[in-house]
Amino acid sequence: MTRPVRIVLFLVAAAGVALCYLGAVFGLPELGTPVHPYRDQAVAAAVARSTANVVSAVNYDQRALDTLGEETIVLGSVIGAAALLRPTGKERKGTVRDADETLPSVALLGYLLLPVTLLVGANLVLHGQLTPGGGFQGGVVLGTAIHLIYLTGRYQALDRVRPLAVFTAGEALGTTLFAAVGLVGVAAGAGFLANVLPTGAWGSLLSAGTVPLLNIAVGVEVASGVVVLLTKFLDQALRIAGAE
Amino acid sequence: MTVFAYGVAGWLLLIGAFGIAVSRDIVRSVVCLSVAQSGTYVLLIAVGYQKRAAAPVFGATNPPSLDVVDPVVQALTLTDVVVSATVTALLLALAIQVAKTHGTTDPDELSALKG
Repeated sequence: MTRPVRIVLFLVAAAGVALCYLGAVFGLPELGTPVHPYRDQAVAAAVARSTANVVSAVNYDQRALDTLGEETIVLGSVIGAAALLRPTGKERKGTVRDADETLPSVALLGYLLLPVTLLVGANLVLHGQLTPGGGFQGGVVLGTAIHLIYLTGRYQALDRVRPLAVFTAGEALGTTLFAAVGLVGVAAGAGFLANVLPTGAWGSLLSAGTVPLLNIAVGVEVASGVVVLLTKFLDQALRIAGAE
Repeated sequence: MTVFAYGVAGWLLLIGAFGIAVSRDIVRSVVCLSVAQSGTYVLLIAVGYQKRAAAPVFGATNPPSLDVVDPVVQALTLTDVVVSATVTALLLALAIQVAKTHGTTDPDELSALKG
């Protein structure tokens, strides 16, 4: 298909989508009205299980099965990307050398922010049931934190603090942990991923039953996934391209 | 004015799709896909919005009440963001493979299958 034909075809299709969308939008309830039946149900269910962060209650309690599916999507795409980014054909994995020069201010910032970012990530994961955050958000922060070492230019040090085998196992471990918490519900006779643990006192760290456990499982999985992905992409830039 | 947020969502979807259609580089197509997906975040958040309502996170200073925005669509948006990020990673990995096997990232020059 040539370029002009493609653009004309797109414009025709886009006009159709726009018309349908406009029709749908004008049929929606007005923006900002106080009528939210699902909100009322979700808030009541979250409060009944002492979960201060209602979004976490929805994700890890009321819709926990969907979150398991979502976690499987993360696992699947990490495996897919890792498989695609293997060295192909004549490519060989070279050894990695430290960067020739790095701005001292950038390197300093990398070292200073590393512990802070790790702490923020752990905080986001562990307080997911109380404050905004959770396993997905905290996991991404944790995975990114380790790669602050990349900014310092010490690529060999980065290799040492991030043994790929450990994080590949972590990826599987996180998903297994999530399913295992689900099976606890089955064992208790309440159903897969049912919130069967004691829900604790409102607003305390050990509240909300299985929600903090599932947050940790997701945090481990997402952090490992981010590390594996970034490692594979950085390998393309640092090792494989350098070996050609 | 109340349909403004819905308009932004539709605009992001269409402009992102337009970017994919006219893109001359597959990396740019991947970015455009992210733009198109952002439209769904705006739409979901707009559906759950309530005027002068707080975030659906309670604490010592804001005891539980029903006067909050819809947490269900916020949870859906979180799912959406995660899926978007992982799909982007997978597509970028594919883009690297295409660049290696075909020596180009221009979709117009990718006409034949090649292993």
